[in-house]
Amino acid sequence: MNKFTKSRVMLLIVCAHVPLFAANNSSINLIDTLWILVAAFLVFFMNAGFAFVEAGFCRAKNATNILGKNFSVFAIAILAFWALGYGIMFGEGTGIIGMNSFFVGESAHNPASNLPVFAFFFFQAAFAAAGCSIISGAVAERIKFGAFLLFGTFMVAIIYPLGGHWVWGGGWLSRLGFHDFAGSTVVHSVGGWAALAGVMLLGARIGKYNSDGGVKAIVGHSIPLATLGGFILWLGWFGFNPGSQLALDHNVPRIALTTGLASCAGIISAMTTARLLSGKPDLSMIINGCLAGLVAITAPCAVVSPPGSIIIGVIAGILVVFAVLFFDKLKIDDPVGALAVHLVNGVWGTIAVGLFAVPGYTGDMAGLFYGGGLRQLGIQIIGVAGVGIPAFLLALAFWFLLKSTIGLRVGREEEIGGLDIGEMGMEAYNGFQIFTTEN
Amino acid sequence: MKLIIAVIQPTKLPDVKKALLDAEVHKMTVTNVIGAGQQAGYTESYRGNIFEVNLLKKVRLEIAVNEEFVEPTINAVIKGARTGSIGDGKIFVLDLPQCIRIRTGEQGTEAIG
Repeated sequence: MNKFTKSRVMLLIVCAHVPLFAANNSSINLIDTLWILVAAFLVFFMNAGFAFVEAGFCRAKNATNILGKNFSVFAIAILAFWALGYGIMFGEGTGIIGMNSFFVGESAHNPASNLPVFAFFFFQAAFAAAGCSIISGAVAERIKFGAFLLFGTFMVAIIYPLGGHWVWGGGWLSRLGFHDFAGSTVVHSVGGWAALAGVMLLGARIGKYNSDGGVKAIVGHSIPLATLGGFILWLGWFGFNPGSQLALDHNVPRIALTTGLASCAGIISAMTTARLLSGKPDLSMIINGCLAGLVAITAPCAVVSPPGSIIIGVIAGILVVFAVLFFDKLKIDDPVGALAVHLVNGVWGTIAVGLFAVPGYTGDMAGLFYGGGLRQLGIQIIGVAGVGIPAFLLALAFWFLLKSTIGLRVGREEEIGGLDIGEMGMEAYNGFQIFTTEN
Repeated sequence: MKLIIAVIQPTKLPDVKKALLDAEVHKMTVTNVIGAGQQAGYTESYRGNIFEVNLLKKVRLEIAVNEEFVEPTINAVIKGARTGSIGDGKIFVLDLPQCIRIRTGEQGTEAIG
């Protein structure tokens, strides 16, 4: 018996003596439950990370608006996921859609027999909310508050749980052998696809492009806030990935390690790439490089070796820098780089499973570089498209519906003057004199 | 030589800047100011309380020009800043007795141009 199992047994013995924990279902493991709740709390706090990263990378005149979006969309996400999303995602049904377990109660279908259903639900609900926060950054500084919240509801109630059912809820992709451990595809690229559809219908912010079509940098107002947000997200990811094991077993420390290594590699490679391109180690790219590495390792974190995770992170850090420039060139204006981080690296991380999966860690799946041939790689690519295309089309349809009814975008004067006064009636920095227009 | 001071709506700064550049006026100093004119103010809400803001945020431009640029500059500011509603702002034109470029020591119209 190694040290780890020994201490786990001791903890179990301690817990077993507490009558409060006398679960009626004997298969429930209280240590696992504790770990999943802690992981869920970490994922919950990632909302603060998203809020600060997005607020920091936006202008001061829109800070209240973006913080308000992040705060309220989390509430909407949890409520919508409780009422509808969970049932579609984890309810029993067909390979396409779950059809029971709506309005989650004691009898809701629970795929994790070692956990109480409410622990499993809370962990999954925190995940669902992350998808909305991804969108919030990409559409920032010009979207109407109400339009965003309505889209957030649709996202968590329908778009996110559909893809989630296919991959994690026993749907057609999971039967095919598609592997997305913690959601490079299910959470991040779906959020990215939905954001891309929104950004395409919204158009670029005023002043993002010169009259000759040249790209203008619209600089964020608080790099300290963005940095704090980056750290919070980084910490939260250690709940996101290791928590997705849904148990506290010997795989969890390795998952934490691959998660950490990939993010560090992403930082160094994004910093280096930015340095080579612009001559300076751009801190906004350093933060995005960290997030890129984290998004990319999210799918493969349980099945890759530590060196494999570093290679995945290095590529993610390079991808994120070029993707930011690429989207700018295409006139797809994404104020915080959410598409470059979550969409591009969500896709990359999912494909990386098919390249770097080591058989024996959590399954017998083998990637191209470990003698698995092209089989898993093919399945991963099918999964990227199979989840991405429907998510993008559904999102586009709903964004279009919003655009043709309540409208997506605030007026020109309001956009120039800032959404804080226009949408929220409240400034972020009362008492400070801030240029609300570009200078 | 004249010193033109214009107080305008902050949201009109991009338009005014564009109009000035079109009129080949490239030199300006811009500051954030607060002030009150005929415009009535606006309301903000904070923790459920509505309060009125009476001194409004404005942007102040200072542009030193030679005589032949006075009219074009005034017209450009009006073109960029005018919406027709209260609060569009004011333009003040002052005589400017002297101007010195620090780097070269040039004085007068040379220094402005």
